[in-house]
Amino acid sequence: MDSEIRLGEELQTFQLIFCVLLSCGLYFHIGETEKKCFIEEIPDETMVIGKYRTQLWDKQAGSFLPSTPGLGMHVEIKDPDTKIILSRQYGSEGRFTFTSHTPGEHQICLHSNSTKMALFAGGKLRVHLEIQVGEHTNNYPEIAAKDKLTELQLRVRQLLDQVEQIQKEQSYQRYREERFRMTSESTNQRVLWWSIAQTFILIVTGIWQMRHLKSFFEAKKLV
Amino acid sequence: MLRLGLSCFLLHVALVFGTELTFELPDNDKQCFYEELYKDVKFDIDFQVISGGNYDVDCFVTDPHDNVLYNERKKQYDSFSHTTAMEGVYKVCFSNEFSTFTHKIVYMDFRHGEEQPLLDKMSGSTALTQLESSCVAIHEVLKVVADSQTWYRLREAQDRTKAEHLFERVTYWSIGETVLLFVIGVGQVMLLKSFFSERKGSVAATT
Repeated sequence: MDSEIRLGEELQTFQLIFCVLLSCGLYFHIGETEKKCFIEEIPDETMVIGKYRTQLWDKQAGSFLPSTPGLGMHVEIKDPDTKIILSRQYGSEGRFTFTSHTPGEHQICLHSNSTKMALFAGGKLRVHLEIQVGEHTNNYPEIAAKDKLTELQLRVRQLLDQVEQIQKEQSYQRYREERFRMTSESTNQRVLWWSIAQTFILIVTGIWQMRHLKSFFEAKKLV
Repeated sequence: MLRLGLSCFLLHVALVFGTELTFELPDNDKQCFYEELYKDVKFDIDFQVISGGNYDVDCFVTDPHDNVLYNERKKQYDSFSHTTAMEGVYKVCFSNEFSTFTHKIVYMDFRHGEEQPLLDKMSGSTALTQLESSCVAIHEVLKVVADSQTWYRLREAQDRTKAEHLFERVTYWSIGETVLLFVIGVGQVMLLKSFFSERKGSVAATT
């Protein structure tokens, strides 16, 4: 019985390792100096963890190499005011973290800085990317070990984190709705004032035209 | 001990069973995402266009043998679910090739497999106590709430983008129209005056 459970656990571990080697996770292809940007719209005080792994195309083998040392990716993160909050060079595998201080659209940009690619790879790079936001960034086994929580306490902690994130998102929604309302009210005001101004300009132009032409014709003795 | 350490390390490296990305799709461009999946795994793809042009995009999903599982043109938002029949790389592509100058911002959510349990030992087949069952139920409902919030956030982003475009257009059109009004007003008078000046000149010439 015990050995069966152990075998089951061994198999699970093996599957996990196999999965990592099979490179689980969403991936996409990127050109040499191509910059790929992703937008994350998040409330404030939210942690974001991004993990990526790159693979270089091997022309000779006709497939992607498992890992390529010496290949670097430049990660640049901008906050909603287009101010750069992180701009760093990482290796072929990297993990970046940031916490938002203003709510809004943050932009995560990745681009390869390597010029080796053009020479050896025919310009194709495979990037495995994974971005975790908010309560998904929490590492529960670590939290359980650190605070010495029982299973039930850990579950409750997870629920608390989820609810906290929902609450942050709701206050962010209130902020967004206010922005939307301000834009709509500005548009409404602008349309009103410009309509009045343009009608006024039209009348003034009409009157000026008639008076100017009348004085012109009187001067020419045609009227 | 080593196995536990290795499992913990692997959990930390994080095998995530869902990715949501918001990316920009330039005009005449196609962006593809690939995912390696096992057999009999259920996956869901949700996408929404947040900004750009008519807020629509082409989307198609292919399996490892290049059979098309889903192919829709000019969709604003949609949801697609499928259970894999074979193991291999599944591809989901978004295309903006029909657009000549508008670039689109697309939100995509790719979920597959089951949710990872909190701790290694929780994935065991022991029965849950009432408290634990309640916790699981609340967790599932909160996930639905979070998904619903994401949905509303995206709809609001789209409406806000439209409102901001309208604001810009109203401003530029008003300024343009005022300038046009002045130009036409003064131009008409100048043209009329020039007709009469010429005629007077030609009348004087013929007499």
